[in-house]
Amino acid sequence: MQNAQTNRPKSLLASLGVDIQLLTLILALVAVWVGFQIWSGGIFLSPRNLWTLTAQTAVVGIMVGGMVLVIVARQIDLGVGSVLGFTAMIMAVLQASAPMGLNLPWVLAMLVGIAVGVLIGAFNGYLSAFWGVPAFVVTLAGMLVFRNGTFSVSSFTIAPLDPTFQILGGGINGSIGELWTWVFGIAASLLVVWQTITGRTRRQKNGFDVRPMWSEALVLGVTVALILAFAAVMNSYPIPGTGIDNIPAVASGMPVPTLIALAVLGYLNWMTRATRFGRYIFAIGGNPEAANLAGINVKMMMVYIFALMGFLTAIAAAVQAARLNSATPTVGRDLELTVIAGAVIGGTVLSGGSGTILGAALGALLMSSLENGLGLVGVRTEQQKIYLGIVLLVAVLWNVISTRRKGGR
Amino acid sequence: MKKWQLGAIGALSLGLLGGVYLGATAQTMDKVVVGVSWSNFQEERWKTDEAAIKSALAAAGAEYVSTDAQSSAEKQVNDVNTLISRGAKAIILLAQDKDAIGPAIEAAKAAKIPVLAYDRLVEDPYAYYLTFDNVEVGRIMAREVQKVRPSGNYVFIRGDPGDANATFVYNGQIEVLSAAIKAGRIKNVAEQATEGWKPENAQRNMEQILTRINNKVDAVMSSNDGMAGGAVAALAAVKLAGKVAVSGQDGDLGALNRVALGTQTVSVWKDSRALGKSAGEIALALAKGTAPSAIKGTKVFNGGPKKVAMNSTLLAPVGITRKNLNVVLDAKWISKDVLCKGVNKVLVAVCK
Repeated sequence: MQNAQTNRPKSLLASLGVDIQLLTLILALVAVWVGFQIWSGGIFLSPRNLWTLTAQTAVVGIMVGGMVLVIVARQIDLGVGSVLGFTAMIMAVLQASAPMGLNLPWVLAMLVGIAVGVLIGAFNGYLSAFWGVPAFVVTLAGMLVFRNGTFSVSSFTIAPLDPTFQILGGGINGSIGELWTWVFGIAASLLVVWQTITGRTRRQKNGFDVRPMWSEALVLGVTVALILAFAAVMNSYPIPGTGIDNIPAVASGMPVPTLIALAVLGYLNWMTRATRFGRYIFAIGGNPEAANLAGINVKMMMVYIFALMGFLTAIAAAVQAARLNSATPTVGRDLELTVIAGAVIGGTVLSGGSGTILGAALGALLMSSLENGLGLVGVRTEQQKIYLGIVLLVAVLWNVISTRRKGGR
Repeated sequence: MKKWQLGAIGALSLGLLGGVYLGATAQTMDKVVVGVSWSNFQEERWKTDEAAIKSALAAAGAEYVSTDAQSSAEKQVNDVNTLISRGAKAIILLAQDKDAIGPAIEAAKAAKIPVLAYDRLVEDPYAYYLTFDNVEVGRIMAREVQKVRPSGNYVFIRGDPGDANATFVYNGQIEVLSAAIKAGRIKNVAEQATEGWKPENAQRNMEQILTRINNKVDAVMSSNDGMAGGAVAALAAVKLAGKVAVSGQDGDLGALNRVALGTQTVSVWKDSRALGKSAGEIALALAKGTAPSAIKGTKVFNGGPKKVAMNSTLLAPVGITRKNLNVVLDAKWISKDVLCKGVNKVLVAVCK
């Protein structure tokens, strides 16, 4: 949270109103991208690789926003990897290998999986809020239970899955096409413009500080330019098999998993800033006692927050299973660590109270970019994790340092 | 049911009494008992193995007793002692942890009870090692893929970097392909290990490799079926599924379906029923005092991490391709509708 700095002349950064942590993250991302572009001989920033990168980031991207809210509320969810495996397996079994051949349509199978995810999440929240079992323990137990639960649902791989369901994973036919990508880009841009204007008016009306007009326009302009550039890049990757041998190139457009992840992150970002529910989460994270005294039903909020995490995990499970065209008993193992790392790199403080959806999204993208780039240049799997560990450590160290500076001001 | 149970308990107690009081002289009237120590019987796969072991023992009139360590290496040491005290004359051991199992082997050795290391290596010269030949798995993969893609760009999607089996499989592949690689017919264009054998990691690695080599790939030597699924998903996303030869192992149902569809070339199948049957037979032979080296087909194995020389039988797996899909159907490993889901019935005879 930025403090209003009324007593001193504003620095450039302050008048831009850009969070220093967020800015470093963006700079780090740019550095990583440029570095890999050079190292890979110019293929890292090719439309094809960027297209793949967004699809690869989707699963973690869908979950990371939920994890931010969980951590902000001073909780943790270690079970998301296992719950992802469990719900993915339920969705796969119900649509492709149901008992007695009673396969459900994929939509129903997915809805059952989502319902299970929500229930698991709500139960986690209930146990930790109403019975006082630390979320760390509840979800650690869940991690064990649902990983083995996945084996109990099916101890072998379920494949193939419904062809329509596979669209969720962004494989063949799994992109929204050129037109809809532009529609998305323009709609997103308009939404950002509208939010900026209404936000500014509201702040002015209530007597809060606003950015100078030039800086508002600059930030808005850069954001819109980035959104449109993104749409353009997604549209410059041709559908495989087109654009060669006299077949005219057909733009592929944004992969469906990317669309889902962006929609989820966009919604959560808005929710944390503009809704009561979102503000309550931060209030609880700041001081649970005070929040309770202020009339927030902290216990029920916990149930909702964990249920939301379960919901997002199940959505991610659908995307993961669709992308792989199968559900395996081990799918999602260790994923909780990647999700938590994404949130933490994005500036979420593990002790709670502070974190942003945008930061976490960038954190997840940074991790995913590293994995993507290291794979692209052919660094061995064994060594990739070393780099990822170092980045995690440096990012958290930087967060600690910059928070301390802020505090000591 | 009750009567039967009483009978079984009676027979068991009699057997125990016989074992304890009458000793060696009673062997003619007493059933031979073979004990099996499972590491984690919760896993579906071992049920198939158990059925095969049981029927091999029943065929010879021997008795089956078992324990389940529930993934605990400590419990397994106690389990082996339990089996010994229950009168087992040979122990089939599926080790939870190949190093922590040492005390159990010592206990069996002290009681002069032979131990058969089942499927997982226990590096102790006292144990007899029975498993599928993992190097042969790699060889079969390479042979089948080479048949359909004798030359071109090969990608190697290897197993977990910490797993000895991953190395065995890879070594088998290279052994077969090395001549063609040296002659320049086959080019190793990319190679990546896969953490935890995870299909989603294999998919990501394959996506990155395809981007790097600009889709110029003729064959993917994937070390198992799960990872083959990930590789095929990556290939499908660039419309190459079915155009690139892909290997795998395990006889996963989805993989066998891919073999029928033509998007995977071979799945090397290790029939766990054959493994269970051999285990039962070898354990009986050992229980009757046959010297391990005198058991038919026994060879010396010293390919483990510590290079310990052990008596062993390594069963040959079967490579399942589009041509011999009837093998898995006849074995009732897979049902026809699962195998033939979405398959062109004209191209695949068994799906008619």
